[in-house]
Amino acid sequence: MARVNLILLAVLIVCALSLVTSRHDARRLFVELEREQLRTRQLETEYGQLQLEQSTWGMPARIEKIARENLRMQLPPAGRVEVVDAAAKGTSP
Amino acid sequence: MKRAALRRADAVTPPLPRFRAPVLFGVMGVVFAGLLGRALYLQWVDNGFLQEKGAARFSREIELPAHRGRVVDRFGDVLAVSTPVKSLWTFADQFDATPAELAALARVLETTPQGIAARIAKNEDYAIIAKQIPPEQAARVMALKIKGVNEQNEYRRYYPGGEVAAQIVGFTGDRDAGQEGMELAQQSWLAGQPGSRRVIINRRGDVVEDVAAIRAPQAGRDLALSIDSRLQYVAYRELKAAVERHNAKAGGLVILDTKTGEILALANLPTYNPNARNKVARERMRNRALTDVFEPGSTMKPFTIATALESGKVRPDTIIHTEAGSLTIGPATIHDAHAAGPLTVEQVIQKSSNVGAAKIALSMPAETLWHTFSDAGFGTPPRTGFPGEVAGRLRAPKTWKPIEQATMSYGHGLSVNLVQLARAYTIFATNGELKPVTLFKTDGPVAGRPVVSPQTARAVRKMLEMATQPGGTAPKAQVAGYRVAGKTGTARKPDGHGYTNKYVASFVGFAPASNPRLVIAVMLDEPSAGAYYGGDVAGPVFSSVTGAALRMLGVPTDAPVDNVILPPPGTEIREET
Repeated sequence: MARVNLILLAVLIVCALSLVTSRHDARRLFVELEREQLRTRQLETEYGQLQLEQSTWGMPARIEKIARENLRMQLPPAGRVEVVDAAAKGTSP
Repeated sequence: MKRAALRRADAVTPPLPRFRAPVLFGVMGVVFAGLLGRALYLQWVDNGFLQEKGAARFSREIELPAHRGRVVDRFGDVLAVSTPVKSLWTFADQFDATPAELAALARVLETTPQGIAARIAKNEDYAIIAKQIPPEQAARVMALKIKGVNEQNEYRRYYPGGEVAAQIVGFTGDRDAGQEGMELAQQSWLAGQPGSRRVIINRRGDVVEDVAAIRAPQAGRDLALSIDSRLQYVAYRELKAAVERHNAKAGGLVILDTKTGEILALANLPTYNPNARNKVARERMRNRALTDVFEPGSTMKPFTIATALESGKVRPDTIIHTEAGSLTIGPATIHDAHAAGPLTVEQVIQKSSNVGAAKIALSMPAETLWHTFSDAGFGTPPRTGFPGEVAGRLRAPKTWKPIEQATMSYGHGLSVNLVQLARAYTIFATNGELKPVTLFKTDGPVAGRPVVSPQTARAVRKMLEMATQPGGTAPKAQVAGYRVAGKTGTARKPDGHGYTNKYVASFVGFAPASNPRLVIAVMLDEPSAGAYYGGDVAGPVFSSVTGAALRMLGVPTDAPVDNVILPPPGTEIREET
């Protein structure tokens, strides 16, 4: 009888200790999860800001101004444009 | 020693009354019972208050913000986006900064110490120090650790396109609520639902555990519009140039896709910058192309002619006598801007003869004409999904007097908005089908509702192409490399009593004429720099926008590049109405 009790006591102690460890693990992982979620939010924010930046830099008005003024580009007159009909030539566009 | 002391006490105190001890026990017993009762009561019965207080030490309710969906164009380019910002605020009586701190604060916020002090002094208690500043800037302020300064998370809506598409997208007001345009119409789609979670925090304030189920935040959904940013920009640029050149009061331009009915561009002037709209007049925010009506003038004539062709009254080559340019109906007389002899039905459109259109209209019952107008979408709102769009006015045929039937044939006595007019022209740009128009991105061709037969649509298309050629009213609408078709309008504006000397110049057309891809409608309100004819004012805008748009979309040319033939100066055909 005493031997059974001793074994049960040992099992109990092991269980109790593992409970403590897993509880600790859960806390630690939770903190980690929390940190990653915060990072997600920060990255989302940054993504939004970058998108905003991209569309601000890429505004057609700005591109046109740079093309015309800095790069001195211009639309070719209609006579100097040759249109190639890709479908008619059987090649992919 | 002890015994002696006791004995001394015995000696000085008189014997205690015998009931004293029981009374004291009784009193203490009652007090203990009271305490025990109170403890039990707090533990079992009224336990809410203390539990709440206890929980407040270690648990927190955290708000999970949900950001508003973006508004994007058909290629996913951003038209409106929300980014987190911070506002700094304080209670005026708690704000306590040394002069050095105040100077540092002013430096970070790029303002003056006096300005900040004045801001705080102006308000009795709650004062905003800085509204909606970038998070990094707010972090630098918080690092100064000035007493009484608090920060608050907010979202700010940015419109990278600025004034180019301002009226379509609209804007949001306080608390991210849509106030104008698609931001208003699609509020429930775009808006996010903030969530919340209850957590346990440790001594350092870190979150340790979730205690209750998380109410997940529902982020707003993105909204894809049918707008093509590149075409929108070209439309805006050309319209703006024309409005300035002709000193017009307002202007509008619509580009429709003939296959899907999508609105690819919709520009309005005057406009405003939605990112800085503090002192913008309300009327600049109106999306005139959808919310304002005007009398269309001659741009209605193709519908009159199409009705007559459908009913078999005329053929494209039937001769109409235009009575030397004036026709008297009852007490009224209608005129042509240029007198012409007999014209074919084709030439009535090409040269925009009012008398010709009126005579054709009067040969039919009012109901027949009304039916075509109504089927072409006049008198019903275009249902693009935009808030506040109007139906225009198309009166019931029973109330039409003969003179009204005559004037309606060339677009007076009824009113339309620009999108309606563009939509109606899809009939001639397709095989007689009216396409439903939309501001939402659509995939694949959309079936329309047949209004006229394919033969009629083709016949009118040919007439409209003639109108842009020498001998027509709109040679300036021609585009190098593409065949175009369209109709001018030059309508006097009514003022409630009669017609004034102010005009609405318009042009509605489509291209390429061999297989139309785009319908483009241009309208300029009160051009007042000399020219006011639709062909002179709106035609060139159509030409430049169409050319640029077709090139951008990679539409194959259907004409040689030297196809533009302008008539010699002084011989242009002009029309009025």
